Amino acid sequence: MSSVCSEVLGRRYHDGDVIIRQGEPGDCMFVIQEGRVEVLQRRGGKEYCLAVLDPGDFFGEMALFEQEVRCATVRALGDVCVLTIDKRIFMQRMHEDASFAFKILKRMAHRLREMEKVLTHLADADRFELASFEPTSWGADAANKRT
Amino acid sequence: MVPTSPPELMLADSSRIGVIGGGPAGSFFAYFLLEMAEAVGVFLEVDIYEPRDFSLSGPGGCNMCGGVVSESLVQALAAEGIQLPASVVQRGIDSYFLHMDVGDVRIETPLHEKRIATVYRGGGPRGTPMSDTQRQGLDGHLLNLAVGRGARLVRSRVDALEWVDGRPRTKAQNGTQQTYDLLVPAVGINSAALKIFSSACLQYHPPKATKTYICEFCFGRDVIKRDLGDSMHVFLLNIPRLEFAALIPKGEFATLCLLGEDIDKALVQAFLHSAVVQQVLPPDWQVPDNFCHCSPKINIGSAVQPFADRVVFVGDCATTRLYKDGIGAAYRTAKAAAKTAIFEGISAEAFRLHYEPICHTIRRDNLLGKVVFGVTKLVQGWERSRRGLLRMLFEEQREGSKRRDMSTVLWDTFTGSAPYGSVLGRTLWPSFWGRFLWDIARANGHRS
Repeated sequence: MSSVCSEVLGRRYHDGDVIIRQGEPGDCMFVIQEGRVEVLQRRGGKEYCLAVLDPGDFFGEMALFEQEVRCATVRALGDVCVLTIDKRIFMQRMHEDASFAFKILKRMAHRLREMEKVLTHLADADRFELASFEPTSWGADAANKRT
Repeated sequence: MVPTSPPELMLADSSRIGVIGGGPAGSFFAYFLLEMAEAVGVFLEVDIYEPRDFSLSGPGGCNMCGGVVSESLVQALAAEGIQLPASVVQRGIDSYFLHMDVGDVRIETPLHEKRIATVYRGGGPRGTPMSDTQRQGLDGHLLNLAVGRGARLVRSRVDALEWVDGRPRTKAQNGTQQTYDLLVPAVGINSAALKIFSSACLQYHPPKATKTYICEFCFGRDVIKRDLGDSMHVFLLNIPRLEFAALIPKGEFATLCLLGEDIDKALVQAFLHSAVVQQVLPPDWQVPDNFCHCSPKINIGSAVQPFADRVVFVGDCATTRLYKDGIGAAYRTAKAAAKTAIFEGISAEAFRLHYEPICHTIRRDNLLGKVVFGVTKLVQGWERSRRGLLRMLFEEQREGSKRRDMSTVLWDTFTGSAPYGSVLGRTLWPSFWGRFLWDIARANGHRS
């Protein structure tokens, strides 16, 4: 499974390792230090890839704002190093520093915009049943349906 | 909302800002100022004066510091998109060893994750092997980020400061003079440039300081991996005048930091030759005749009036955390100053209302830090309490143990990962002291 990274901060996961799992509770977010991950959501027995995230991207932040379970599964694509951000540290910075909160909001807004683009594209291409899909806050550079 | 400053003391398009010092505080300030300026659509011209080349190894490129980026700062930077790449991180730290004359104990973090970065401030200690010079120091990395944002690097020292029509004008060593709308001293308290601000018609007085001792030992990467691992080694020894000592593993080197009163050669020798330290150092290793070392000053107080109209001091020359997490304090003060300058203006009143509270928070927390270190010193000075401490930590580190009160208190004290107020607050529970006293009794009763 996972191990600590050598000279890269965070924890190392190997190809296929699940970092967070849809439906499980969570109280931290993650920032990718090295490698890539895929964000997957299971609906109606099918698994959809909502996004592929690169170094510097973060995920799992929804659990910090809402007392909800994880809304997606995140899985390592190859070797990846991921830094865990504690809820306490995150909320402390959010409250002390409005510019920090602004930056997080800006990145989340960017994701929403990307998601809208993909949904529009999929609806236009008639490859996706838009009415049955409730969009999440994830960006979606690679929205491919997986079975 | 109306800004605090009058229109003539607000930054506008083409305002010029001079940052004196390209260490973390100066680079953070320039980076965040330019980022916020872009967000509100203002074009600023920012010069950073830094004569040193941070890619050089040895004293020429070094900013004299233990080189630890705290857990809280690593997380805050990562969350806002500033990564510390593998070329900057010499070693990720996931645990610490506490060494005392009564025994050693390894304290692991609950997540078993490397969230503390050990770094070089410059290009590495004197004698850094060629393989390591491909790596980058923290200061160079942050300076590059600021330059990437649009700051202009001026490779010169500022020698003099005067006021022209109510604006600060700098005179650099290379002969150039420049008038600025805002001047931001970010020089650190070891810089000779500090004296030019004391004599520049400002009410500024530098922080009180004491001397510390830092040295770098080249053990080699394999030996460090084998003997020190990815752990910070903290020593609580009953040596007079020594408050705290830590051995911090990096690439080919380990950095030794000693904090205390009037640290001199005799104290360093007493520490290095103590039986506890000898057990940690590699077998058969002798202190070399020649190694990179320095005795920089560190803050034990804060500056008086670190701002005026068109001037704001950031980082160590304003205030910093007591003994720990100086880079984290540089980040907080630099960002607060940048935010004030962009949104509230550059008047003394704006800095008093919107920047000074951050300095005050750090100062107040340092007072609590003095209490924390005072209690640590008491524990350090009494053998029975050291035995009790060791027992309590052993119990907490046992597999399956859910209570980690003392482990987290010491972790946050030694790594600077949490405010001292938070550390102290966690020790005020009667159950904490009840457990500690019980362990003191059991440890010493068992011994007898």
